[in-house]
Amino acid sequence: MKRIVTLAAAAALFAGASASAQTVKVGLFSEPSAMDPHYHNLGPNNAFSSNVYESLILQDESQKLTPGLAVSWKPVNDTTWEFKLRKGVKFHDGSDFNADDVIFTFERAPNVANSPSTFGTYLKGKSFKKIDDYTVHAITEKPYPLMPVDLSQVWIISSDVGADVTTAQFNSGKAAIGTGQYKFIEWKPGDTILIERNDGYWGDKAAFERVEVKPIKSNPSRVAALLAGDVDFIDNVPTADIERLKTESDIVLASGISNRVIYLHMDRFRDDSPYITGTNGKNPLFDLRVRKAISKAINREAIVARVMEGVAIPAGQLLPPGFFGTSENLKAEPYDPEGAKKLLAEAGYPDGFGLTIHGPNDRYINDAKIAQAIGQMLTRIGIKMKVETMPKSVFFSSASRGGPNKTPKYSFILVGWGSGTGEASSPLKSLVHSKDAANGFGASNRGRYSNPEADKLIEEALATVDDAKREALLAKATEIAINDLAIIPLHYQVNTWATRKEAGLKYLPRTDERTQFRSLVKQ
Amino acid sequence: MWAYLTRRLAQAIAVVFVMAVIVFFGVNVIGNPVDILINPEFTEAEYQQAIRALGLHLPLHEQFFVFLSNALEGDLGISFVWGEPALKLIAQRLPATLELAGAAMFLSIVLGVPLGMYAGTKPHSWVSKSIVSGSILGFSLPTFWVGIMMIMVFAVMLGILPSTGRGDTVEVFGIEWSFLTWNGLTHLAMPAVNLALTNIALVIRLSRAGTREVMLQDYIKFARAKGLSQRRITLVHVLKNTLIPVVTVLGLELGSLIAFSVVTETVFAWPGMGKLIIESIQVLDRPIVVAYLMLTVLLFVTINFLVDIVYSLLDPRVRVSGAGK
Amino acid sequence: MSSDPKETAEPASIETAATAAAQPARLAATNVVETPFQRFLSEYCESKIAIVAFFVFAVILFVAVFAPLISPQNPYDLGQIDIMDGRLAPGSTTFDGATTYWLGTDDQGRDMVSAIFYGLRISLAVGALSGIIALVLGAIVGLTAAYFGGRIEAAIMRLVDLQLSFPAILVALMLLAILGKGVDKIIIALVIVQWAYYARTVRASALVEREREYIAAAKALGLSSWRILLRHLLPNVLPPLIVVGTVQVASAIALEATLSFLGIGLPITEPSLGLLIANGFDYMLTGKYWISFFPGVALLLTIVSINLIGDQLRDVLNPRLRR
Repeated sequence: MKRIVTLAAAAALFAGASASAQTVKVGLFSEPSAMDPHYHNLGPNNAFSSNVYESLILQDESQKLTPGLAVSWKPVNDTTWEFKLRKGVKFHDGSDFNADDVIFTFERAPNVANSPSTFGTYLKGKSFKKIDDYTVHAITEKPYPLMPVDLSQVWIISSDVGADVTTAQFNSGKAAIGTGQYKFIEWKPGDTILIERNDGYWGDKAAFERVEVKPIKSNPSRVAALLAGDVDFIDNVPTADIERLKTESDIVLASGISNRVIYLHMDRFRDDSPYITGTNGKNPLFDLRVRKAISKAINREAIVARVMEGVAIPAGQLLPPGFFGTSENLKAEPYDPEGAKKLLAEAGYPDGFGLTIHGPNDRYINDAKIAQAIGQMLTRIGIKMKVETMPKSVFFSSASRGGPNKTPKYSFILVGWGSGTGEASSPLKSLVHSKDAANGFGASNRGRYSNPEADKLIEEALATVDDAKREALLAKATEIAINDLAIIPLHYQVNTWATRKEAGLKYLPRTDERTQFRSLVKQ
Repeated sequence: MWAYLTRRLAQAIAVVFVMAVIVFFGVNVIGNPVDILINPEFTEAEYQQAIRALGLHLPLHEQFFVFLSNALEGDLGISFVWGEPALKLIAQRLPATLELAGAAMFLSIVLGVPLGMYAGTKPHSWVSKSIVSGSILGFSLPTFWVGIMMIMVFAVMLGILPSTGRGDTVEVFGIEWSFLTWNGLTHLAMPAVNLALTNIALVIRLSRAGTREVMLQDYIKFARAKGLSQRRITLVHVLKNTLIPVVTVLGLELGSLIAFSVVTETVFAWPGMGKLIIESIQVLDRPIVVAYLMLTVLLFVTINFLVDIVYSLLDPRVRVSGAGK
Repeated sequence: MSSDPKETAEPASIETAATAAAQPARLAATNVVETPFQRFLSEYCESKIAIVAFFVFAVILFVAVFAPLISPQNPYDLGQIDIMDGRLAPGSTTFDGATTYWLGTDDQGRDMVSAIFYGLRISLAVGALSGIIALVLGAIVGLTAAYFGGRIEAAIMRLVDLQLSFPAILVALMLLAILGKGVDKIIIALVIVQWAYYARTVRASALVEREREYIAAAKALGLSSWRILLRHLLPNVLPPLIVVGTVQVASAIALEATLSFLGIGLPITEPSLGLLIANGFDYMLTGKYWISFFPGVALLLTIVSINLIGDQLRDVLNPRLRR
């Protein structure tokens, strides 16, 4: 009798252990706002959608395009791209995937009710035609090289859910049917998201049977949850905790460079800039020597070492070298306070001037601390600095259109830019190109920098389908912009994920900063 | 009587309306939610589309009119972030917050009353003085600071309690409760103690003060003279009379507890309303902020109104003169 | 959670009002040796802990007032701090050994001693300023209500009750969601949160005073309403007001710290103690305890000492507990 009990207990123990080994618990910094993959085109949502859904083309850890639901793609003429779809793929509900689902998705995605940021970004100006069950054509009016990148961002859903499907139906799980590695099980907003391995997946099966996601926004709480073993994996490891976590033998850290550059944007359109004082109404930022002085006065190595605790990389351009369209000739500006002072004096400001730096305090890694460090460094070359940081809810509205006539409000701001496309046209188009609302250029050009030469190169690149030629054009445009200091790059953000060793997990860091479980593998 | 109630009702409605105006226009002054919610790679056209999608293209007074007419039908708007009705989102998280507040309330009474009564019956003993000083510490300690300290000690260093989140739940009457499972209880322990801390201090002080006052009353001296044991006096007579103010104040404190759960929920990642409201303020999810505030206003105004009715039933002067308190 | 002590203060202080105000006269008649102030002082000093609290608070107040003179460094002069000195442990020195950071430095290389001194200054200023404005506002409203009675009183007390039925943190949350961040805004929010407590206290005490002979006499003399209110009623309702005031200032400081922690209080350029703690919160698990630990201790000492003083004041001013 006794033996039976013991056996039963052992069996129960064993069952318990194996079950827990199969369930990975995740502490996530930001929770997706919906299970509808087309409701909100923003980082956390897209990262989570990638587990349950797939796009025609996938982006690997370094944002290189790899076949997804499409096995191949190519331009068949200047304005048409052809996508060959994968055969034998099944949705989670068992139905077959084919061209109808693609066409259905592309019709629905830009038109979701109440969407605060739609997928129109990737789909507008394009028309799609089903050629046969496994061939789709994407047609634009003008040559459009970014077609594969754009379509890699749109999650394919099953046409069976019907045209009038609502976001609520996705959230309840009824319509949350994709082709991805994991099936959606349940979402309790603010509490947990449960997903389960899709055993019918067409490619490599998911490494884990179940993934339980807990949103833990507070940084110390998230780290504490990992240390206590309540979760096996967290993202957005705060730089402050990295040093300590390195000493913990049961924690494995994974850091990787991102596509995000942290940079300074300067008022380049007002003579009398609101947050510059002591210059008799002149804007010194128009003078390249002053911009150069500012760039030289910044000790990027010190920011990386002290503020970012070593987890960042000094930046010399818009995207880390190695990304498509970056320049090989641009290096991070070396620290040279004496040279900076000399340049300031040459420009006619030997005693500096008054300048306020504005920045968010809850958007980028250590943003407010970086702004204060910049304040310190510029004070040392004689510029009388003030530092003002605020929550992103206030900052971005003001920085973009808080001034008179909806102009940018500030003179000198600290911001960041992540290239969603994984190549240089994204920052060039939005940050460097002159503001041109009608054609969608310069939407985040908060300094209103304008350089016709750069504009022309950017526009030309965006109409060049040939990869090699386009890459050269983008690199050239980058060089012009950086040599003219359209923006002052500070550093490339490095993101860190942490796993528990006993769980046997490893995360492959992603340049797009996403936390997606495809990149979480068994060690 | 009826005239009085009608007037009170009219006043209550006026208060709700005025608050609606203040809250709605106030919340709509700061920033622009589109700037936060939109993908940074936006173009101007997409920006305009998002503004229309959220209904922000209308002039503010028209937005208010839309809000008001929907509100009268019980619809407080659709969340900008979550894309679902704000009321539904708040209701989803209500049980978690109520559970937390209820647990904290329970702890305050169970710990606070005995300690307070002890301090009240023996005001000059060394232990009593420590209890009283400790209670001052209790409401002086910043909740958020204590919370993270608790996580550090009990979850990280000792590893005996889970650090954050809500545990397994059981469905009772269609609502998920976590205090009915062991796992849920362990998750509940730290946040509940953290939230209760100030209230324990409050109850200690209330019951101590009450006990001291009661001990001076004639009927206690009488009871003593009658030869009743100290134990019986304390447990029956003093406890009964001390509990009345404690319970009254705690009833009023429930609202305060729910409001203060904002802090505890933030530290312990407790999926309740408080966490939702703070996050909504941070991303300018105006419909949720407005709905939350309006619900609270409605709740408190209703409580006030009911209290007035009870008063008027109990106090004949009010019934006659209708002049209020 | 620190808005709660006022609830404790309330029941007692209303009773206090009834009798405390009349006290000076009675005392003078029965005790010719001690002045009322001496008597007050000797009673206050009966509690040793209250004496200690008083001296602790005096030191804190001194530090806050003279922070710019006694701080080793101006922590907000960007020219004086250097990130290369960031996150140094307590007792570290600068590379040339010229300065010692007794309590370490924060992530920006700010001397924690100086940061705490300046932080105390801001916390106390916010607490005191909001307290004084709320007290004045509340006293005026309360006196007006008590003196005029009738409809005015009913209307005012209706408003007070409504305000008091809302938890302080909720009102502050609402206001800051509307107003945004900033010292001025948090003061406005704290005033709105607090005024009703003063108004209720003043009215309750004044109601008792209203019925006394000296007011009737003043009225009979034909003195103006405002003169009677300010010269005769106000001084007599002061004691309970002081008690409520101490508790309120402590709770205002704590509330500000909490709001700053939640990220909706003060901006980083004007760091109060609450913000310093919130800033150090990121370092809680890293072993760099000093960044938030010492500001936490400073905050704790401030609030506890004010509360202890308030506690003793209430005991002294409440004759029903007199032995």
